[in-house]
Amino acid sequence: MLTINGQTADDAMGKTLADYLTAHGFEPTRVAVERNGDIVPKAQYGQTILQDGDTVEIVRFVGGG
Amino acid sequence: MDGSIPTREQLETALAARHGKECQRRLSEACVAVCGLGGLGSNVAIALARAGVGSLHLIDFDRVDISNLNRQQYAIHQLGQLKCDAMRQNLEQIAPYCNVTTAPVRLTEDNLTHLLAEDPIVCEAFDSPEAKALLVNGVLEHFPNTWLVAANGMAGMDSANTIQTRRILPRFFLCGDGVSDVQEQGSLFSARVMACAAHQAMTILRIINGETEP
Repeated sequence: MLTINGQTADDAMGKTLADYLTAHGFEPTRVAVERNGDIVPKAQYGQTILQDGDTVEIVRFVGGG
Repeated sequence: MDGSIPTREQLETALAARHGKECQRRLSEACVAVCGLGGLGSNVAIALARAGVGSLHLIDFDRVDISNLNRQQYAIHQLGQLKCDAMRQNLEQIAPYCNVTTAPVRLTEDNLTHLLAEDPIVCEAFDSPEAKALLVNGVLEHFPNTWLVAANGMAGMDSANTIQTRRILPRFFLCGDGVSDVQEQGSLFSARVMACAAHQAMTILRIINGETEP
């Protein structure tokens, strides 16, 4: 099972994180991504393949402060 | 009282009486970087200084503007001043022995590793989503031993009860409702921003005191 932001996302297995972000409308300059307890460096979004067993949290930052 | 500045010992005694001696010692030895001195950061800095945090590293390139007065902790006579300078003045009136260092620069990917190298706890208090993401990613990628307390989502008129603190990674805490965007909501109210800043400040104080569950 692949879990992204608490939801099952098995249809994204095998995709890169960069492709997932684009497909779901996330702007890469406004997110931080944690995968299995570690930050995913921005430079690795294109090489990070979403896999069975992964737990991913995408923090989408919004404006205001 | 005649308005003269209390001695360091008088202030430390007063704080220790409220917080306990051991807790106060931890706070006085702590150093926190506050990145952004707007609605979040100005309130966080004041809350930490009032609690007796020993050192604050204030980072903000901006100047106090009339549009800031609705929610940021500055006064009319400070309009036009660098926020770093204005906040230093304000903190001197509250916590004169707090060791305040300032960096009136824009934080970038290039200067981040240098600017934050000596700060064991970093508070993200920017307003733009890009700046927030840049700082959070930068700290998490470069400083695995740094505590990071960020904020996300505090615009608009929704209940303050929706603002929470979550622990995203062992050393990364995120405060806010996660969704309320000033671009969509069109407003930022002092009370709601302060609620989020209070979550951040309390999380930082708890980290300093060794309590790391939100």
